[in-house]
Amino acid sequence: MSAPAVATGLGEGPTRGRWRGHLFRGLLLLSLAVGFITLGTLLVDVVQRGFAYLDGVLLTSPPSSNPEIAGARPAILATIYLGVLLIAFTVPIGVGTAIYLEEYADKTRWYNRALELNIQNLAAVPSIVYGILGLAFLVRGLGLGRVLLAGALILTLLVLPTIIIAAREAIRAVPDSIRQGAYALGATQWQVISRQVLPAAVPGIATGSILSLSRALGETAPLLLIGALQYIAFDPTILGAFTALPVQIFIWTKLPNDEFKTLAAAAIIVLLGILLTLNALAIFLRNRYQKKW
Amino acid sequence: MVTVPEAETEFVKITGVRNDALAERERRLPPPAEREVVFGVSGLTVRYGDHPALAGVDLDIYKNFVTAFIGPSGCGKSTFIRCFNRMNDLIPSAVVEGSVQYHGEDLYGATVDPVEVRKRIGMVFQKPNPFPKSIYDNVAFGPRVLGMTDSLDERVERALNQAALWDEVSGRLKESALSLSGGQQQRLCIARCLAVEPDVLLMDEPASALDPISTTRIEDLMHELKRDYTIVIVTHNMQQAARVADMTAFFSVKVSEDGRRTGVLVEYDSTPKIFTNPGDKRTEDYVTGRFG
Repeated sequence: MSAPAVATGLGEGPTRGRWRGHLFRGLLLLSLAVGFITLGTLLVDVVQRGFAYLDGVLLTSPPSSNPEIAGARPAILATIYLGVLLIAFTVPIGVGTAIYLEEYADKTRWYNRALELNIQNLAAVPSIVYGILGLAFLVRGLGLGRVLLAGALILTLLVLPTIIIAAREAIRAVPDSIRQGAYALGATQWQVISRQVLPAAVPGIATGSILSLSRALGETAPLLLIGALQYIAFDPTILGAFTALPVQIFIWTKLPNDEFKTLAAAAIIVLLGILLTLNALAIFLRNRYQKKW
Repeated sequence: MVTVPEAETEFVKITGVRNDALAERERRLPPPAEREVVFGVSGLTVRYGDHPALAGVDLDIYKNFVTAFIGPSGCGKSTFIRCFNRMNDLIPSAVVEGSVQYHGEDLYGATVDPVEVRKRIGMVFQKPNPFPKSIYDNVAFGPRVLGMTDSLDERVERALNQAALWDEVSGRLKESALSLSGGQQQRLCIARCLAVEPDVLLMDEPASALDPISTTRIEDLMHELKRDYTIVIVTHNMQQAARVADMTAFFSVKVSEDGRRTGVLVEYDSTPKIFTNPGDKRTEDYVTGRFG
């Protein structure tokens, strides 16, 4: 057998294009590293500082002027109450709006387009502005007072646009062939939506809702504004004064005593634990029920 | 030895359906006077916005016939078949003019509910579109939304049997329909339609996404089903029309001066006539492969 007559050039080593590929890959890794290292440092630092106070006292005791016996029980409970109320308020309203916009709204009408644009913009409004709205309208206007319910309603307004957008994405991802198939069998529009579109969209809606919820639970500014900045030594009620976990952390970090700063770090660990659990749940739901068409 | 026209021998080559077989099939069709009209279409025009996608169609669809619509892409055949179960209603810009009579009743009458229409007139789509549910739930969906839940298990089994799928899936009814092969999925979609006992089965290019073996199974199935159902099929595959259809309608595209394309019905006749002795030059060019 003689050697091939054609010069293939296969053995001449990497070409210039390959180096560019490596460079681009390096840049991508660098941008990943920025976020990853910052977050990692933060986590390690917080755990190191707060670990000493991360104990049963923190979870079960009310705040106190003595850091040795101070805990965040009312704040943790209030954060859990807020989460439950938020889900109860935002999911029905958000999913309802998304269904209307995706399945019923005639997009050639100006008011539907205006509604869409409005929701997109609301998602970008700073949370402090929602706080001001809540203070003026809910706390004073409606006379609700500085209560947990008012806080929950403000956070509802805050995350509603994101939940609507997430639910719309999930509903839009259900292929039209599914709707057509159901219509062709004589199903009504409501049957098509309730029995085909929504079940298929549930994983996406759940994931979006949980991620929005975890964002809302970490929110401090609007709650500060409506006066959740209080010394609360008793378990919260829906129509009572309250302080949420991020606000409690804020209060403790402002105290001069270093031990309170340690306490704040411990509370941050608790808050991160709650949020990471929620995010893990979202990822689990997404993987478990992901639809393949 | 009889000499056959060139077009005919060419057709035999293309379709593999022999002329005498076609002629035999035509002899078995009931004479025109005895045919029962299921759909009477007159002066039908469908517009998307201002532009007619299909214009001026007149034809009758007969009971227990397989009727095929053939023609090049963009000739409006899919638009046309969607008029029979009012699927065009789902497209906001679509306007249907003219009349479609269903057993003598105006399908587009003011008091007619499209949901009621679709209960009686089932549809199978080009791409198999099983619901992301179990095989059983796919077939049971129609009966459930229509409240036909008495002896649902028997109903599901009967439909799967009619669609020649039962033997392949009887042991795994709880498995996802998406685990089936493409051909099985399409037969599942047919079973899904049959489960609600429709009067008519509309099929919009039901085999175009399938391999040849699955295609043959679907075609055999159509021969079986036409005893109980009236079948209308859209196909861009002429051989398929020749193999399964009793009547064939050929649609073509008319291009207007400003470049807009409108579908028109060129010729509608028995399948043997359309394929071996068409009355219109455009039909002949199409079926002999000189066009499209």
